[in-house]
Amino acid sequence: MAESKNDVIRCESVYKIFGENAKKVLQNNNGKINQKEFEDKGCFIGVNNASFSVKKGEMLVIMGLSGSGKSTLLRCISRLTDTTAGNIFIDNEDLLAMNDKELIELRRNKMGMVFQSFALLPHKTVLENIAFPLQIKGTSTKDSIDRAMSMVELVSLQGRENSFPRQLSGGQQQRVGIARSLAVEPDIWFLDEPFSALDPLIRKEMQDEFLRLQGVLNKTILFVTHDFDEALRLADRIAIMKDGIIEQIDTPSNIVLNPATEYVSKFTSEVPRERVLKVEAIMDEYDSSKENVLSDLKVSKDAIVETVVEKVFSQDHPVPVIDNNNNIVGVLNCDNVITMLFGEKTKN
Amino acid sequence: MDNIKKFKDSKLALFLIVLTIFFILNFSIDESNGVLWRLPALFANLPGAINSFVESLINDWFLIEIYDPDIEEYEKTGLVKEITRTFSGLILFFIELIREILLGGVNTIASFTDWDFINENEWAKWPALPWTIVAGGAFILGYALKGLGLSLLAGLSAMYIAIFGQWYPAMETLSFVLIAAPFSFILGLLLGILAYKKRTVEKILAPLLNIAQTMPHFSYLIPVVAFFGIGDQAGALATIIFATPPMIRLTILGLKKVPPEVLESGLMSGCTKFQSLFKVLIPTARHDILIGMNQVIMQCLGMAVIASFIGAKGLGFNLLLALNGLKIGQALELGICIVLIAVTLDKLSLAWANKQTDYFSDLPFFERNKYSVLFFIAFVVSIILAYVGSIIFEGGINYFYIVEHNKGLTTQHFWQSGIDWIVENWYAGLQGFNSFLITGILVPMKNAYLGMPVIATFMLVMGVGYIVGGIKSSLIVCGFLICIAFTEWWDRALITAYMTTFAVLVSAAIGLIVGSLCAQNNLATKIILLVCDTFQTLPSFIYLIPVIMLFGVTDTSVLIAVIVYATIPATRYTVEGLRNVPVSMIESSKMSGANKWQQLTQIEFPLSMPHILLGINQTVIFSLFMVIIGAMIGTEDLGQLILKSLSDKNGIGNGLILGLCVSFIGLAVDHLIQVWSNKRKKDLGVI
Repeated sequence: MAESKNDVIRCESVYKIFGENAKKVLQNNNGKINQKEFEDKGCFIGVNNASFSVKKGEMLVIMGLSGSGKSTLLRCISRLTDTTAGNIFIDNEDLLAMNDKELIELRRNKMGMVFQSFALLPHKTVLENIAFPLQIKGTSTKDSIDRAMSMVELVSLQGRENSFPRQLSGGQQQRVGIARSLAVEPDIWFLDEPFSALDPLIRKEMQDEFLRLQGVLNKTILFVTHDFDEALRLADRIAIMKDGIIEQIDTPSNIVLNPATEYVSKFTSEVPRERVLKVEAIMDEYDSSKENVLSDLKVSKDAIVETVVEKVFSQDHPVPVIDNNNNIVGVLNCDNVITMLFGEKTKN
Repeated sequence: MDNIKKFKDSKLALFLIVLTIFFILNFSIDESNGVLWRLPALFANLPGAINSFVESLINDWFLIEIYDPDIEEYEKTGLVKEITRTFSGLILFFIELIREILLGGVNTIASFTDWDFINENEWAKWPALPWTIVAGGAFILGYALKGLGLSLLAGLSAMYIAIFGQWYPAMETLSFVLIAAPFSFILGLLLGILAYKKRTVEKILAPLLNIAQTMPHFSYLIPVVAFFGIGDQAGALATIIFATPPMIRLTILGLKKVPPEVLESGLMSGCTKFQSLFKVLIPTARHDILIGMNQVIMQCLGMAVIASFIGAKGLGFNLLLALNGLKIGQALELGICIVLIAVTLDKLSLAWANKQTDYFSDLPFFERNKYSVLFFIAFVVSIILAYVGSIIFEGGINYFYIVEHNKGLTTQHFWQSGIDWIVENWYAGLQGFNSFLITGILVPMKNAYLGMPVIATFMLVMGVGYIVGGIKSSLIVCGFLICIAFTEWWDRALITAYMTTFAVLVSAAIGLIVGSLCAQNNLATKIILLVCDTFQTLPSFIYLIPVIMLFGVTDTSVLIAVIVYATIPATRYTVEGLRNVPVSMIESSKMSGANKWQQLTQIEFPLSMPHILLGINQTVIFSLFMVIIGAMIGTEDLGQLILKSLSDKNGIGNGLILGLCVSFIGLAVDHLIQVWSNKRKKDLGVI
């Protein structure tokens, strides 16, 4: 894999095998994994040869059903579990070679994590929970409380700072979890199914909130979910896992348009594409040398197709697609949209 | 054919077969059959061996030279003896320190200087704190920790104790508890953490904890006396040994319940090992650890009476004297004092643990230190009062300083005359009931137990073991019982077993009925749980007071005390079990058209049975404990022998083996019930 200085997280052939003789069994098999054979030897495969990297400011969503190894992979990268084989680099530093002290320093300054069951400390108030990572670091009480108060405001929990976790709703508790994970201003943000334990409406609200925060903070994010829609909604790139193997890792549009395996297509087949794809994914190239008759309407390349489709259909000419600097980067024909919407069905 | 086969496989059939064989054996074997009637006492030499082992361990093992200042020479002495002597000296020092802060004295000063210094200097004496300071402190502490309610409880308790003239023994008891309780708490917490971290430690501790929690109180005293002599320090040590096991158990339980994600969240916040233990794990497991602390305090006060057998001073000792002298009124007052101390300490420690920090108040000096200032004011006022008192009550007792023992108000005449009245008016009825119970039920039952040939007992118990948990359980139970059968005390054990059986049957019946009735109604549930809570706070000894009052010194008294004590867990677990039946089950039974009775018998009882049986298990253990304590008022079972070996110089071997006998009875029953309950829970899918 090509090394890049921008990679905040880089995994190289990461394996996690559970079981007492995991390392030995893996060595004896020269890294070849045979599920049945491993299970006979009392081993269980968590992560099977995962290689990928995450760039600064990028959000990678790891998506998979339960038992697919997605949380295990996350825990390898946060080193909450020991990796059986492979290399993991955080900011080009070898994570697995770090001693306890270095690891603690890394976690205190660079990492934050949000948990599925919120994992708040029941004996501490909202404020104390948020200030906890700071106090662990040795920040003075006054500074940590001040900082925690500003985090309370960031996640809109003003007025609840002296409540105990048990007095809050699930959504509020997760806001505390989020605030706590951000209190030390980490560069890397791990989120392990943060919204899975919430009701659908609250989940939607929290996703919006999360996008808003990410818009402000621009962290490097590893987000684990079992909800494909959530992955599509949030991700810059999605890694789809099954039985410990990453089946496909790509942008949401590419996954929806070109599922790599049959397993992936099971998820994508039912997805309403117009709601997922951006204009960029279905536009034609713009050839400025040719003479083009374009409509007056312009659409952004990042716009979701659904939001512009009605306007595009009302135009007589192809619609120019522009980037953030107002340069024309492509054109959108009604044909593109129709193929996208009904393409496969008409082919069949 | 099919039906016969089914019947063969069914547990009921097996049980009937076991029962039949039991009765056949029972009637066909008698004393002439030798080994089948009673096993030979193979272990008869064991107590002697233990005695000589302990003696040589203390006196002859690893001799070291120690300088003896009294004879100004080096002297050979056993290492173990020196260690225990130093350790008990240390404990005694701390007990005396607290005692003298509260009551005044010279021992602490003497230990820093010497007795000559004390004799030469009149002033070298620590004065007692006036009781008003302690009471004032209790009011303020209660208020600071929780608020008005706790303040009143703590302060009024202190005032009650002072006014009723029990100040001196109460402070003695308090000084003893204030050393034993924190010590047990910390020791239990540490061992619990160690067991949580290291699997091996847990494996070693588990059987020890099981035995420790089924050993009767008295048995703890005997080895302590052998190693540490008698006195307050020995009492404190026995108390510590007794109070630590539940703390260990609850610590492990609590730590295991901490969700892995919470631990991970601590790690991701960058906790060191130390921080994740003390800032994440322990506080998260706080609920169970606090229950542990609560248990420790209760056990300590419960042991306060029992420890007085080996020389611990205080309320317990006086209570014991009062009971022996049948001064029921006085015993009752002392009992109330013990209960007040127990409840107050319990609530204070809970409030302390739940105390919260306020980050936002930017308070002026007085506000921030208002409790210290208040205490200082109380201190000064009390001293002035004590001085004024010395003028008012000149020559007599200074009621504003220390109310001397038994010189306060007293209600004992009231209680005593009440009892006299009861005895006078109800004597015939009570005695009638008493003699009916003894001649009609207890004696025949006892004879039936003693008339069981050993082979029949084993047949029955192992058969039940097989039905409940297969060959394995059968062998485990057999193992426990055979250890008892090989001692010379099988007959005694049978008597203990008969008393326990009787008490358990009655307790379980009462508990089930009362529990089921109360579970039908929200208010009744609340009330009964509160009653259980309150009764559980009372040290076991207290139960003996009212029954001796009514029935005198007989087996009936013991049994009634046992029954009252042992009914608590049966009731509590029944209520909890019934209330915790899932609502959906009840709704489904209602929608199937079940009436109240059908619902109870078809849905609620079967589903809550595993939990209820755990209550019965507790009932058995509680009964065993109380039956043994009953030796105090004279029974002729294992307990009586344990009590005897306490005063025997070479009692340690006997005491230990006797204690283990009791423990093994408990463990056998415990095993059967746990196995059944767990199996059943698994079948019902409740785990």
